[in-house]
Amino acid sequence: MIGTGKIKQYANVLDKPLGKGKQEVSLSAFAFLFSELVQYNQTQVDNISELETRLEDAGYAVGARVLELLCQRDKGNRRETRLLGILSFVHSTVWKVLFGKVADSLEKGTEHEDEYMISEKELLVNRFISIPKDMGTFHCGAFVAGIVKGVLENAGFPAVVTAHFVPVQGQQRPRTTILIKFAEEVLRREARLG
Amino acid sequence: MPPAAPRSGDAIFASVERVNAELFTLTYGAIVRQLLTDLEEVEEVNKQLDQMGYNIGIRLIDEFLAKSNVSRCVDFKETAEMIAKVGFKMFLGVTASVMNWDADGTCCSIVLEDNPLVDFVELPDTCQGLYYCNILSGVIRGALEMVAMKTEVTWIRDMLRGDDAYELQVKLLKQVPEEYPYKDDE
Repeated sequence: MIGTGKIKQYANVLDKPLGKGKQEVSLSAFAFLFSELVQYNQTQVDNISELETRLEDAGYAVGARVLELLCQRDKGNRRETRLLGILSFVHSTVWKVLFGKVADSLEKGTEHEDEYMISEKELLVNRFISIPKDMGTFHCGAFVAGIVKGVLENAGFPAVVTAHFVPVQGQQRPRTTILIKFAEEVLRREARLG
Repeated sequence: MPPAAPRSGDAIFASVERVNAELFTLTYGAIVRQLLTDLEEVEEVNKQLDQMGYNIGIRLIDEFLAKSNVSRCVDFKETAEMIAKVGFKMFLGVTASVMNWDADGTCCSIVLEDNPLVDFVELPDTCQGLYYCNILSGVIRGALEMVAMKTEVTWIRDMLRGDDAYELQVKLLKQVPEEYPYKDDE
């Protein structure tokens, strides 16, 4: 009979259909979960840079998986090989899927050839977070920096990625900038590819 | 002014801000992975997940009560229905069902067919004792404790372990009457 019976059990999780990625959960559920992540990590470390490293590691794992998921689903298994290609992939596709909108801006650094910046007025993960004064330069965006790093490194573009607050005139909350510094080999390869 | 009518789970879910469930799923996976690396013992991870869920639950209940406009539930049966139909819907976007009530109405099962926490997840052989979604049991326990009910929440069925659905057993241990924190003669 149609309509009866249990949901099909897949023996292997890799056989399950991927789904369209349109399912949503409430922002507060994510915010609660993220706050628990930060709170748990605070108990495991002694200083701020370790805390940022741990958040970045958590984000790295997310980024690696997001890359695989998106390459499979949205790009039909095509791989980006050019620097600008992967950057615009992160800035548009990844941001759109994870945060519901494309990033505010993508800029090339003026001082160094290997630096690029993705800016965002207010990162989704920072919406309900306020940093106490004694934590100085700590930025929960380290999680997002980790996601970007995970995507870039697993796509073959090793980089150092960090998150910074940039105060903006006329705005109470500072803007967030994700600074991406690519490794030497990426630039050499890019130059070779012409 | 008459109190506002309680809103349905769908209506609230449509009105709150939402994020992609995959971000949520992957973040939860990162948390479980961190716990497994740090704690190494599956039992410890289960306990830590429950504790994290408890911390979330005690704050989540405020948001639940504020957004859903429910009035005081008459009995535990209504409470369980609220959790399954309104609570799960407004936070996770999925509906659960309540079944298997026992004779005196203090113990029931909440069944989830769809669970955004476990997309893409497979338990390896080394983690067979892990209750991957244990954060949910902590959330329910914490939330109910803040509304004067002490409960015990355990997993009966878990799809990651080969069952066909997720089933949580919620058992009401006792109603804790609210205590006035100040002494009257001060």
